[in-house]
Amino acid sequence: MSLVIRKSTVEILCAAKWIFRRDCRLLSTLPEKTEIVVDEKERIPGRKTRSYNPILENRHVYPEFLPDPNPNWRNSLREKMERADMLKRRSQIDIPEFYVGSILAVTISDPHAQGKTNRFVGICIERKGCGLRAEFTLRNVVDHQGIEVRYELYDPTIQSIQVLRLEKRLDDKLLYLRDALPEYCTFPLDMDPEILPEGTPVPINPVQVKLKPRPWLERWERQELKGVSNIEEHLKEKDRVRRELRKTPWEKYDLMKNYRKTIPAEEQSEIWNEVYNQLQQMRVSRKKMSRKRTVTTPKTQLA
Amino acid sequence: MFRSLINKLIPVQSCGFHTTSCLNEVQLLTRLRVVDNSEIGKRAMAEGKPPKVICVYNKKRVGYIGDRVLVAIKGQKKKGILVGLKQTQKVKVPKFDSNNVVLIDDNGTPLGTRIHVPIPTILRTILKEKTHAKGADYTKLLGIATRFV
Repeated sequence: MSLVIRKSTVEILCAAKWIFRRDCRLLSTLPEKTEIVVDEKERIPGRKTRSYNPILENRHVYPEFLPDPNPNWRNSLREKMERADMLKRRSQIDIPEFYVGSILAVTISDPHAQGKTNRFVGICIERKGCGLRAEFTLRNVVDHQGIEVRYELYDPTIQSIQVLRLEKRLDDKLLYLRDALPEYCTFPLDMDPEILPEGTPVPINPVQVKLKPRPWLERWERQELKGVSNIEEHLKEKDRVRRELRKTPWEKYDLMKNYRKTIPAEEQSEIWNEVYNQLQQMRVSRKKMSRKRTVTTPKTQLA
Repeated sequence: MFRSLINKLIPVQSCGFHTTSCLNEVQLLTRLRVVDNSEIGKRAMAEGKPPKVICVYNKKRVGYIGDRVLVAIKGQKKKGILVGLKQTQKVKVPKFDSNNVVLIDDNGTPLGTRIHVPIPTILRTILKEKTHAKGADYTKLLGIATRFV
């Protein structure tokens, strides 16, 4: 009797696991963006079975609209007000779609030199925070000196954010560029923007960087990085043994961990239904404006 | 066999101390990088003997951006101003890959004639605040900078 019960519970658990895993894949906000794309390509014949919700795809484009999943920090009223503030700010300034690995140019008004602006170009190596506290870090090498600047996305002193090259990289954080050879993060300050044709998916840059010899800032060998080519050259036997010991291969099967890291689909769709229309309107009106501008500028030049 | 299995299950316990990344603070005996073209600074950097901090002139004794430091460089004592730090900075303040210093004399006049790396713009405000009417004038340093970020 007890055996039968146990068996049945195990079966139920397995089924639940299967369903959950699918769900979690669908809902994960932060990492494995690249993996998801690959998955979809593989599963094109069986895709109809899965409910594909286009509104949930916004989580990659506007990740800061989702609140922090930590239940201690949730407050529905504050989140709602923050979202309204974010939309207000977005109606003032064009905050484009960008990802970790894209090259941005940020212009801020400089409070330390009156009436002047400060422009910085660099590759986005990290994007974190949610709500009005969302921030991103740009890195560049200027005059053989590595420089990083952290900006808040909804900072009122930002005058413009321009995407010079829209692309993704293989990892979801590029902090290892600090230990890479300087040519991998050197970008000219007067770079021209590269325009992608409309409707193309965001390209993934498969470049693999070379690290400088040790000492490093972090133990990159333990982080399973895909964008580094020569990590094995610098390792000793000791490091390889320790890497094996510290591995946590069970973590990708940890359903609760995955669940706590993400916002559930019902809550997400509620949020997106609230903000999607306004975001879409802004996008359309921006497109119209840019088209008008491209038409009008040559005329004025002719006149 | 059993022991090895247990060791594999609990690998973390063997390490008794915590391993967070360091703060990269500028304090006593920190090595700095001279970024101006003063003769003494250039020679010290070329010989591979970068200056050491022997005093930070503030109450906390930890150097932040724009602070005055006393450094030991090639057997001499010189004053300098920190113009770029490795430490995590506030929003919109650049974080550099090395701790940079510009050498000055007692009046605040830089020893070199040029700074060959970018300088954070926040130094304009900080150095203006630190300058007193009759004391040293540190804003001369801004005149020899080539680029601001």
